[in-house]
Amino acid sequence: MNSFSFKLKTFFLEIGELSLFAGRFFKELFKRPFEYSEFLRQCYLVGNKSIVLVGLTGFIIGLVLTLQTRPTLAEFGAVSWMPSMVGISIVREIGPMITALVCAGKIGSGIGAELGSMRVTEQIDAMEVSGTNPFKFLVVTRILAVTMMLPILIIFGDAIALYGSYIIENLKGNVSFQLFFNQVFDALEFGDILPATIKSFFFGFAIGLVGCFKGYFCKKGTAGVGKAANSAVVYTSILLFILDFIAVFVADIFYEL
Amino acid sequence: MTESQKTYHSEEVKTDKQVILEINDLHKSFGDNHVLNGFNMKLFKGESLVIMGKSGSGKSVMIKCMVGLMTPDKGRVNIMGKSILDLGQAELDQLRADIGFLFQGSALYDSMTVRENLEFPLRRHMDRFDSDLNTEELVIEALENVGLADTVDLMPSELSGGMQRRVALARTLILRPKIILYDEPTSGLDPITAKEIIILMQNIQEKYGTSSIIITHDVDCARVVGDRMILLIDGINYKAGHFKELSLSEDPKIKAFFKQ
Repeated sequence: MNSFSFKLKTFFLEIGELSLFAGRFFKELFKRPFEYSEFLRQCYLVGNKSIVLVGLTGFIIGLVLTLQTRPTLAEFGAVSWMPSMVGISIVREIGPMITALVCAGKIGSGIGAELGSMRVTEQIDAMEVSGTNPFKFLVVTRILAVTMMLPILIIFGDAIALYGSYIIENLKGNVSFQLFFNQVFDALEFGDILPATIKSFFFGFAIGLVGCFKGYFCKKGTAGVGKAANSAVVYTSILLFILDFIAVFVADIFYEL
Repeated sequence: MTESQKTYHSEEVKTDKQVILEINDLHKSFGDNHVLNGFNMKLFKGESLVIMGKSGSGKSVMIKCMVGLMTPDKGRVNIMGKSILDLGQAELDQLRADIGFLFQGSALYDSMTVRENLEFPLRRHMDRFDSDLNTEELVIEALENVGLADTVDLMPSELSGGMQRRVALARTLILRPKIILYDEPTSGLDPITAKEIIILMQNIQEKYGTSSIIITHDVDCARVVGDRMILLIDGINYKAGHFKELSLSEDPKIKAFFKQ
């Protein structure tokens, strides 16, 4: 019981520290001067390093989703609904969530390990004693870059997933490219696209925030760096599911999904 | 604390020189581990002060308290007349530009080239220099001071340990600080490279007239570069004096340092 209460206390303390860290991000975000070149460099790194992985995952998801769903729809004679169903499920839920989870693994752990390593080798301390602001240079730029780049990666992942789905439809049902995508876009409504786009910004913010938080306050030693990278992925994944639930709940109120 | 320690603790240095850095009654604990138990010291303008102590005696904690990287539990740190604990972030950043800090492990930014490493402190402090000076000139001058001008476009991973330490020293120098804090400047280096670093430290002292605090347990380094020494034992300044004076001491705790 003591151990449980200690863990619970640690958990809530960490939530509090994470909230303060987020508060500091917003405070520093609007302070001049802004680190434009570092921000652009981080955008390039986040986008460039993840695009192949996001594309590959999206493509496989599109293939698998169509292959798995097709027989069930065929039993009900509803195969013609395939593009609409795949389109809605990918754009609303599967695309953003899978891409965000992949990026949590790729980007979140990378940020956690990089900042953690900088912490244990005193590079962050060196920035601080040189009278510059390491939080602004390292944290603000990274969180902002992931927040801005994740929606772009999600749109790219969605497009590739739909293309994967089209390939199966074309092979199994001889559906043309134009017909497939006409049906997809006919089925999609404003209420599908807007909430998915908004939540993708929150997903990006969560990945950047947790990765930076874990790395920035990394404990000493190489074990600390490993733990920072690992816990960045675990915490981000949990946070993504919580955010997704909230997003669906709020979207349901506004758009009656 | 014993009576003899109290005597050493309150020891004063008589000189007409201006005090540039002063620490009073510094305490720092980590849980039950009391690392600093009322450390006092003064650094005079142009002086090289060596602080020696065993591993884990709190030397690095003390030096980090000096620049605000750690907050002491009790005590005061005054640098050039300013109490660093009372400064806001902007004022502290300005003051930090006057203090160079050479880290034990060099702490070069490994994702940046040598040039970018040296340019980094200039991003916020270029206003310290005449407008006719540009970043490139300052970078090259700092690297020439440590004899590594040709490494400007290399990455830190392409440099040896000794070269990394020299580049870190160049980065420390680039803002032309009034005080330089050296945290174990020769640790992890072979004796020849360590000697090169010691010579560089002496040259810098002569060229720029900086005041220095050297944290070390390298007796050779202490003997060559130090004008004065403080022995940090049990979290206090156990004994202060000149190298020769301390090295001849009969106190067993002091003798233990010089046996090596």
